[in-house]
Amino acid sequence: MNSVIKVENLSKMYRLGLVGRRTIAEDLTRFWAKFTGKEDPYLKVGETNVRAVKGRSDFVWALKNINFDINDGERYGIIGKNGAGKSTLLKILSRVASPTTGNIKVKGRVASLLEVGTGFHPELTGRDNIFLNGSILGMSQDEIKSKFDSIVDFSGVERYIDTPVKRYSSGMYVRLAFAVAAHLEPEILIVDEVLAVGDAEFQKKCLGKMHDVSEKEGRTVIFVSHNLHAIKILCQKTLILNNGELFANGNTEEVLSMYHELNRDIKIGADTEVDNIKSRRGNGFIRFTSIDALDFSGKSRYTFEHGEPVRFKISFRTYKEMNGVTLTIAVMSGLSRECLTLAHHEITRQKLDAGITGEAVVEFSNLNIKPGEYPLHFELTDIVYNGYSKDVIDDLTPPLVIKAGDKVKDSEFDPEKPSGFFLTPSKLILNELNENVMEVKNI
Amino acid sequence: MKKSQSESEWTLEIKPVSGWFNFHLKDVWKYRDLLFMFVKRDFVSVYKQTILGPFWFFLQPILTTITFTIVFGNIAKIPTDGIPPILFYMSGIVCWGYFSDCLTRTSSTFITNANIFGKVYFPRLVSPLSNIISLLMKFGIQMILLIGFLIYFKMNGSDVNPNIYILLTPYLILLMAGLGLGFGIIVSSLTTKYRDFTFLVSFGVQLLMYATPVIYPLSALPEKYKWIVLANPMTSIVDTFRYAFLGAGTFNAGNLLYTSVFVVLILSIGIIVFNRVEKTFMDTV
Ligand SMILES: Nc1ncnc2c1ncn2[C@@H]1O[C@H](COP(=O)(O)OP(=O)(O)OP(=O)(O)O)[C@@H](O)[C@H]1O
Ligand SMILES: [Mg+2]
Repeated sequence: MNSVIKVENLSKMYRLGLVGRRTIAEDLTRFWAKFTGKEDPYLKVGETNVRAVKGRSDFVWALKNINFDINDGERYGIIGKNGAGKSTLLKILSRVASPTTGNIKVKGRVASLLEVGTGFHPELTGRDNIFLNGSILGMSQDEIKSKFDSIVDFSGVERYIDTPVKRYSSGMYVRLAFAVAAHLEPEILIVDEVLAVGDAEFQKKCLGKMHDVSEKEGRTVIFVSHNLHAIKILCQKTLILNNGELFANGNTEEVLSMYHELNRDIKIGADTEVDNIKSRRGNGFIRFTSIDALDFSGKSRYTFEHGEPVRFKISFRTYKEMNGVTLTIAVMSGLSRECLTLAHHEITRQKLDAGITGEAVVEFSNLNIKPGEYPLHFELTDIVYNGYSKDVIDDLTPPLVIKAGDKVKDSEFDPEKPSGFFLTPSKLILNELNENVMEVKNI
Repeated sequence: MKKSQSESEWTLEIKPVSGWFNFHLKDVWKYRDLLFMFVKRDFVSVYKQTILGPFWFFLQPILTTITFTIVFGNIAKIPTDGIPPILFYMSGIVCWGYFSDCLTRTSSTFITNANIFGKVYFPRLVSPLSNIISLLMKFGIQMILLIGFLIYFKMNGSDVNPNIYILLTPYLILLMAGLGLGFGIIVSSLTTKYRDFTFLVSFGVQLLMYATPVIYPLSALPEKYKWIVLANPMTSIVDTFRYAFLGAGTFNAGNLLYTSVFVVLILSIGIIVFNRVEKTFMDTV
């Protein structure tokens, strides 16, 4: 085995928040420290990067002491929560950002796809954009010329090749852009979450192409995704980043099971400060105080065999007066993030004061979905939905993992081909409200 | 033993930003295809966006020339070295226009390209370089206009004498481009950190025009202030340009040499600063 990427003690520090007038003063301080031979005073205050806990300083280590090797021809997956540092790592690998300390050695030409269609110009025709985008990605004119026909062929937009791309549908645009990227011939291909855009067919095509590039031509692929399913299909090896640190590195199977372990440690509490709006929204009138998945015997786990009943236990607390409470639990498709099925239950119709806690357990007795991983979505609202939700937890808990068991039935959902929404029976098997917490606390 | 062998094969080493002098001008040459594509993009998009696109290139210097002729020629009665005011102003405006376009365009390099710089690596210098090349299109069109007027005035018996110094034009263009680029990339590097620099530029460029013999000839200046204008590196360029095409004023090799040295200096400083900033810039946007 021949290593083509060697990452040694790599760290990256970022400054959060607005760059204001203060920065001139800071730069002077830094300069003075350097001048008098002292250590950079700002390097000390960096702390590990935990998204949910508000840091005390404005400096944050997006990556901290990362070490790993990637061998020739390997397909490597990188996973981790939002803000774990995945994109930062790829940016450094593609030389868009520089490391703060440490270094990376690379063998061979690197092409990175941090986005599809970088530099596309709307006024130019498809043809011109192929040349422009190709050169931006590092191809020479001759190279593009020789591959032109095959690029056009792959994109399937021949008819519009001499039309300005501003007249393209967004799907055609993405197809053309990916066609160019797919014809890059680097020794090392770096791909960040491009699968998040585009339809299921496009996603599959991308995955297939990346697989071919590596399998048939022996190229190295590094692929970042939140889609564990895609990682599992594509990558032999995977590494996990957690709060900027390397948490695990090894064979995909093993690493993925560790990832579930890691996610298990997330405790959703009412005071979890989650600044990422994508993951937690709501106005704070009511908050989840815990979320857990249980099996039939009441044991907590997120991995279930196909056909097993799945229970979710949640508790909450009100912070403002609520006009009744409803709970929604949705099971999402890992590939397309569409909602596959959901349970929607009234917890109570009565008006609730602030300071009331409650607990509920919802059971899906027959969740007939194919083996795979399904992100979960939890939501609390008023009884009458008045335009905004009170608390939303989106993909912050571990995903629901369904394993192929003995009793595989012909199931309806396929994570690779999400085919719409399915009604699944679910029932509320526990529902308790405790109105006296405030008083109890005061004594 | 085995280790040293494999270590020598690494083709690229990514390291923290250090030092000011490790730039990769060779890389810029490797990316000349991209430079060409950027220029082509600018050409095509100007051409396609509006039918009026190239037309504006004509209109702008004509309108400015008319304004200057009225304000500075007829009202303020500033002499023009005995040259028809229209030719005098237009020659100054065309030169100055190219320089100031180069400066303002390249000074926003990092801001206008933030998105693409954040997604893909190429030597960043390719962007401002493509700008100054693209701007030659506008300059060329305006030169044709100027030459048209020149021929018209000459045929009507005006005292204008284009001469052999016209051969210096490419060199003058190179100087203007270098000057605009040098200042522009310095400013663009500063704007990534301290955004207030953006206004300073547009204001500064305007101010600088009045310290350049665009609306007045060098000969009309009181001796006392001459040194200020002569210290301005654009002065000798505009002056030589006018001398070559209109035969007015003087040709002073010393002044041109001063400008050349200035250009080399400012361009070197610019490239050093720019190279440093291009590596840390993505962290500050
Ligand atoms: N330019 C920047 N300035 C300041 N902080 C930054 C900058 N870029 C990234 N960060 C911080 O670095 C951390 C890692 O970000 P990164 O984009 O690498 O995460 P990620 O793992 O790609 O997340 P996601 O899954 O959401 O894409 C985050 O805390 C982020 O806020
Ligand atoms: Mg990312």
